[in-house]
Amino acid sequence: MKTRWLLAAAAALALTGVADAKTLKWGASREIASLDPYSFGETFTLSVLNHVYEGLVRYTGDLKIEPALAESWETVSPTVWRFKLRKGVKFHNGDPFTADDVIASLTRVTDDDSPLKGNLPAYKGAKKIDDYTVDIEVNGPYPLLLNDLTNIYILDKKWMEANNALKPTDSGKGVKGYATDNANGTGPFAIESRRADSKTVFVANKDWWDKPKHNIDRIEFTPITSASTRVAAMLSGEIDFTNVAPLQDLPRLSASSDIKVLQTNELRSVFFAFNLKNALYESDVKDKNPFKDIRVREALYRAIDIDAVQKRAMRGLSRNTGALVAPAIPGYEPSQDERLPFDLDGAKKLLAAAGYPNGFSFQMNCQSDSLVNEEEFCQAVASMWSRAGLKPNLSMGPRSQQTPKRVKGDFDVISFGWANEPMIDAYSLLVQVVRSKSGSGGVFNWGEWGDAKIDALVDKAGVELDNKKRIPMMAEALAIAKKEHLFIPLHQQPMAWAMRNTIASTVQASDNKPRLWLTVMK
Amino acid sequence: MPVFLLKRLLNAAGVMLAVAFLAFLIFRFVGDPVELMLNEQASQAQRDELRERLGLNKGFVMQFATFVGNAARGDFGISYRNQQEVFTLIAERFPATFELVLVATFLSLAVGIPLGVYTAIRRDSFPAKLLQFVSVLGVSLPSFALGILFILLFSVTLRWLPAFGRGEVVQLGWWSTGFLTSSGRLALILPGITLSLFQITLVMRLVRAEMLETLRADFIRFARARGLPARAVHFRHALRNCLMPVITVTGLQIGNLIAFALVTETVFQWPGMGMLFVQAVTFVDIPVMAAYLIVVSFIFVTLNTLVDLLYAFVDPRLRDDAIAGAANAR
Repeated sequence: MKTRWLLAAAAALALTGVADAKTLKWGASREIASLDPYSFGETFTLSVLNHVYEGLVRYTGDLKIEPALAESWETVSPTVWRFKLRKGVKFHNGDPFTADDVIASLTRVTDDDSPLKGNLPAYKGAKKIDDYTVDIEVNGPYPLLLNDLTNIYILDKKWMEANNALKPTDSGKGVKGYATDNANGTGPFAIESRRADSKTVFVANKDWWDKPKHNIDRIEFTPITSASTRVAAMLSGEIDFTNVAPLQDLPRLSASSDIKVLQTNELRSVFFAFNLKNALYESDVKDKNPFKDIRVREALYRAIDIDAVQKRAMRGLSRNTGALVAPAIPGYEPSQDERLPFDLDGAKKLLAAAGYPNGFSFQMNCQSDSLVNEEEFCQAVASMWSRAGLKPNLSMGPRSQQTPKRVKGDFDVISFGWANEPMIDAYSLLVQVVRSKSGSGGVFNWGEWGDAKIDALVDKAGVELDNKKRIPMMAEALAIAKKEHLFIPLHQQPMAWAMRNTIASTVQASDNKPRLWLTVMK
Repeated sequence: MPVFLLKRLLNAAGVMLAVAFLAFLIFRFVGDPVELMLNEQASQAQRDELRERLGLNKGFVMQFATFVGNAARGDFGISYRNQQEVFTLIAERFPATFELVLVATFLSLAVGIPLGVYTAIRRDSFPAKLLQFVSVLGVSLPSFALGILFILLFSVTLRWLPAFGRGEVVQLGWWSTGFLTSSGRLALILPGITLSLFQITLVMRLVRAEMLETLRADFIRFARARGLPARAVHFRHALRNCLMPVITVTGLQIGNLIAFALVTETVFQWPGMGMLFVQAVTFVDIPVMAAYLIVVSFIFVTLNTLVDLLYAFVDPRLRDDAIAGAANAR
């Protein structure tokens, strides 16, 4: 009798919704840089802030672009895009969303002092047509404007004016950042409180313009940098979700009946890149660069037993690849995903034919804190190359130490990972890494591995608005890089999330961004 | 006395300048923050622009001069990573570290002194020998290992205590405290014990050594001969005479605790200055790293100078030495 009464009381409480507030405790592997979405161009910070702020367009759970604050768009001319804005959208403080907010936000993000200026490279200007129509003008024909706009979040003009936040935070001019600690977006969640490095609390935005697919009332975001502490917090039930479950602890997490591990592969492809300058950096071959010989590059490729790397260094969790971009990236061709087979004798023969029957020494630059299990796979590959008769010298160090050497070209072989984010298009890799260094291209072309044919294709793809023509151009450029073995592809690195059984379902896309507005709790 | 005072202060200032120089020198070799701050999409022009904006293209001497000049005014510049004032960042994190250090100090005294007294009085008993042995373990076990063990036992298996964080905190002006909420107090237990364990063994061994020394002294023998109860002899007479060095060492150790809290803070995700430093290292946030080193050194130097001055105040011989120019000979 008593039990029944209790049950009834519980049901009554649940109906009022007060006692049933669903709180999701999120233990992340690190803190976000700031609440100002224009303060730090980092994918993780932007993905967390995407719960609060929205762009004109957004990615769906399977990485397709869909309307968000803009309802539709068209190209008026090759350099002018017209966006029709969604009506009836309100910021968290109640201000209505209009064209003025879009213009003010675009002006702020493209300010000379904005660290995010590079995320909107083609922007020339924006014009208000009416309260709900905006024209964005670009420098020249530019096919990736929508991709870029997914990460340009819209801020409230009135709110920025009231708080002296129209310009991005800037150290040089001493502009203090109100937006660093305060937020006012249109997104599915609003910031309730924030204590950096400790806890940031989000509450559901009841007036969100979109029909919520989630049923979360509160999100408590806590960075837990130590991997073992994060796993302990997961096991002890102090957090419901983590977007970085350490690979070595996955068996332990899945062994718990309350915890589910979601595992897939990232967009980030990992490969080795060569120094193709005239002389090697640290080698017993002084007069020339052996890597300039395609037979040597092929020999290094064939000497890698990728299955052993996958099994041992990557704990069976990576996806072996022959292509330079992941399957979800436009520009990917399944036919390019075929790898050269592992062939140690063939590698030795190729080296002998190139004039290095006894191999040669070179320096391998790898990082201890950058890619997933980078130390392990670099060591594995170094020993495989030794077996082929080469003498690789492995230089291992933290990212902050290795990066300056890499940028200067002080290496012979480097491990390299590229996710093509935030634009999610092969053009990112092609223009930033593969293309020869000149003007705005080839910023990451640290080893002079450019190719004139590739450069021409990349430049053409950069101004082609028709995806049906543009994507084959990129695929062709990637095919040349593959045929020339400019890089040795290895794998798409693994990613793993873990969640407690308090969460019914979530969407895990290969860009490794949690989208809690698509997450349902029990 | 004024000469001595001036000398000590000049000494301290010299040490601080040397620390500032070292901090600055080390960070010249740490790496390039520009590559870590911009994302994959940024162009060369933007990279150059950022380098210019951060003042990284200026000469070494210029950068150092600016740095020292600003630091002397408490201005450590703006964090590269989140563009907030470094001083504010450190001030925000200081209460968390300080409360942790306070708890650790309290624990080390509250546990260390009784254990020290016990092991001195019953020096030949089995528990005392066991304690001596365990204290060696306590000194040699690294605190991160201990922290993780604690988490496994008390958070994962028993689920008694939180594995990370500070719990709920209450804001008192600019000071945030975890002492006033139950979750805040619970969260202090594991990291507090982890951090204090080394101190406990230190205090225990110090008290034991001093007690053994004092118990041999004449006035104790006289006290015993007068027929005072053992309790009164041990605690009122012997222990009181041992406390002076314990207090001195504890005072000096506070600096150490603040510095070594770094490891404990990382394990327990304690949002203090140590965490801030570790995060700054990951992002090559040079202003934050430099400021942290300087702040911690400043605490060390201040504590040491204060202790020196107090000693000189208590013991006039030191002052006379100083006037004769022989302060370093003592």
